[in-house]
Amino acid sequence: MKEALINYTLHLADTTLILAQRNSEWCGHGPILEQDIAITNISLDLLGQSRNFYQYAATLIGGDATEDSLAYLRKEREFKNLLLAEQPNGNWGQTILRQYLYSQFQYLLFEKLQQCNNEQLAAIAAKSIKETTYHVRWSSEWVIRLGDGTEESHTRMLKAIDELWRYTGEMFVPAVYETIVDVSALKNVWLQKVNIIFTEATLPVPEKAFMQTGGKEGKHTEQLGYILTELQYMQRAYPGAQW
Amino acid sequence: MSSTIEEKAIWSILETVTDPEVPVLTITDLGIVRDVKINGEEIEIIITPTYTGCPAMDMIAMNIKMALLENGFHQIKVTSVLSPVWTTDWMTENGKQKLKAYGIAPPNPKQQVCNNDLFAPAEAVQCPQCNSYHTHRISEFGSTACKSLYQCDDCKEPFDYFKCH
Repeated sequence: MKEALINYTLHLADTTLILAQRNSEWCGHGPILEQDIAITNISLDLLGQSRNFYQYAATLIGGDATEDSLAYLRKEREFKNLLLAEQPNGNWGQTILRQYLYSQFQYLLFEKLQQCNNEQLAAIAAKSIKETTYHVRWSSEWVIRLGDGTEESHTRMLKAIDELWRYTGEMFVPAVYETIVDVSALKNVWLQKVNIIFTEATLPVPEKAFMQTGGKEGKHTEQLGYILTELQYMQRAYPGAQW
Repeated sequence: MSSTIEEKAIWSILETVTDPEVPVLTITDLGIVRDVKINGEEIEIIITPTYTGCPAMDMIAMNIKMALLENGFHQIKVTSVLSPVWTTDWMTENGKQKLKAYGIAPPNPKQQVCNNDLFAPAEAVQCPQCNSYHTHRISEFGSTACKSLYQCDDCKEPFDYFKCH
């Protein structure tokens, strides 16, 4: 029971940390200054959420565990993040689509999580959902702008859907430790929401697609290793280094 | 000292601790100090974060400890609680006045805004320099997580808006 709660909390922490890390790669490289600031702010929100989840996980684990040891000293196979979060930024359109697909899911998830009977997880979700609301709106607008934009932006969005759609199925397949919110029940609402935005964006919703899973159990795409190499470098090279 | 007198003294010390990102605001102006508990020798200050990812929170916790240490308190614990969730409505009127004088437009009352429609028109924000409402939003996200960026169409001054949250 307690192990399931720890794993679930780590899953939530890892997904938000890895997506924050990916988004932060845009810092100084955004297409225009305002959007550079927007994506890095979203990154910061996600990092804050992940810190709250890691801090809670550390108290559950006890002993020497801290938010830092959980983020910096676990290996690839121990990370339980969604595969979607670790996918490369690609072009701006691909980053936007990744953010939209995830934020739309996170919003529905946190809506439920804030009502769950675990007080701390509920508090983190209630705190975070206000930020998630911004993320959904911002990324929806961009999906529409790019999908219904120029021929070039439309083509890039089609390619982004092709790259990322296969990682969305996993969100709705509960892991054994994932008992607090029934994610499978969120799938239809999520699809409806995505349908509305994609229709507005003149983009097709793929009907049948192979769905890759495994992230929640620590089986990742080749991307995660490279992310951790950079993320964990300082603490691996100089253990205990402080800012 | 009796505990009520001690508690008052602690609150007045807390009123001197400022937000490192918006130094014109104290943490009591922001409304993030939720409670002061005195358990014998130990003093516990309960705070709540403004934004989940606000990097200033760690520094605020440290500054609270420093301020209390300087004033002769020794056993100090700062605890952060998330619930109930902080909103910009917790900011004091005095805090809002100070923000405006500092050149940052204070948050509008929450019930007026927080429109989540797509491509919704930006909320009307008053320019802190010339008081005009002819302003437009440049970016929903600004220099820190709690602000968005506006520009005044009359005096042309760009300014931060402490956004509704």
